[in-house]
Amino acid sequence: MAKVKGAIVVDTERCKGCELCVISCPTHVIAMSKKVNSKGYHYAYMENPDACNGCTNCAVVCPDGVITVYRMKVEEKTEV
Amino acid sequence: MAELDIKDIVKEENIVYKKTSVLTDNVMHYCPGCGHSTTHRIIAEVIEEMGIQDKTIGIAPVGCSVFMYDYIDVDTQEAAHGRAPALATAIKRLLPDRYVFTYQGDGDLAAIGTAETIHACNRGENITMIFINNGIYGMTGGQMAPTSLEGMRTSTTPYGRDPGLMGHPIKMTELVAQLPGTYYVTRQAVHTPNLVRKTKKAIRKAFEYQKLNRGVSFVEVVSNCNSGWKMPPVQAVKWLDENMLPFYPLGDIKVPEM
Ligand SMILES: Cc1ncc(C[n+]2csc(CCOP(=O)(O)OP(=O)(O)O)c2C)c(N)n1
Ligand code: SF4
Ligand code: SF4
Ligand code: SF4
Ligand SMILES: [Mg+2]
Repeated sequence: MAKVKGAIVVDTERCKGCELCVISCPTHVIAMSKKVNSKGYHYAYMENPDACNGCTNCAVVCPDGVITVYRMKVEEKTEV
Repeated sequence: MAELDIKDIVKEENIVYKKTSVLTDNVMHYCPGCGHSTTHRIIAEVIEEMGIQDKTIGIAPVGCSVFMYDYIDVDTQEAAHGRAPALATAIKRLLPDRYVFTYQGDGDLAAIGTAETIHACNRGENITMIFINNGIYGMTGGQMAPTSLEGMRTSTTPYGRDPGLMGHPIKMTELVAQLPGTYYVTRQAVHTPNLVRKTKKAIRKAFEYQKLNRGVSFVEVVSNCNSGWKMPPVQAVKWLDENMLPFYPLGDIKVPEM
């Protein structure tokens, strides 16, 4: 059975810490870092990467377009 | 199955979303979470998808989006406050094969530029107007706009907008829909992923309709001004849902008869 796996890459220097991606992720992948970028913003990162399915919601809502989304199909082998 | 490493997923061939190149690499000066940024981004995406970057001319307003030309990589002309539809009229009449759009805030389109808005819509100029309604003058420090809601606190209505004294909020989009020169009139928003997708489709339609020469296509975007409203972005989009949308309901107001 094919399973869909996703991942996001956040351009942390351009992230403004608005958190709109956090509330838009259906699988609760994203959290805000404790650290700040050079502008002083806490930036978004994948806190829970295994849950990402690459749905693009976070990137579509991100005002500044700083999220790139990746998605691939993974064939699951049934153990014998 | 062995767990997949993020490195195996993050590869060029697996990209399903990345920033469009029609948006420049300049960092947008907008406040965190501002709907101006989102709307710029999806206009740029539509221009890329339609392949019309060298055929599009934007008109930037006065207001927070005054620097639109630094972000959307198309030929752009800056208009005096409120005069974008007049400038768009001239440009479209001189260069009728171009896609011409104005981008205007509510102070720009619905206060100082009301005359230009109404008359361009009444003349049926073959342009697209994108109207960012955040219910406030964002750029100048959060003063009341004609679109500010009843009871809304702004820097010039610290006790809330009193319609008896300051008039009622104006629904420009319903108003221009009454005019014979508008062809497509819709109200959208950009604060959730699905609303962004819908607004992008509406902007695409608005640009496509220019090919038909049938008049103004008008897209209002109900937006947030976190700084003017004095709320963090997540709270502002909730406030927008609960307060702006009941008064400014989303959806098409005038659709072409097929
Ligand atoms: C002729 C003129 N009058 C007044 C101003 C001051 N002014 C600058 S922006 C603005 C209002 C902006 O509000 P809006 O159009 O809603 O844009 P926003 O910043 O909210 O996106 C005003 C009154 C000006 N620049 N020029
Ligand atoms: S792509 Fe979808 S699942 Fe993955 S982080 Fe973004 S919103 Fe969440
Ligand atoms: S939506 Fe974009 S700018 Fe806002 S926190 Fe997420 S990545 Fe950063
Ligand atoms: S002042 Fe308001 S409209 Fe202007 S950039 Fe900030 S949030 Fe956006
Ligand atoms: Mg405004």
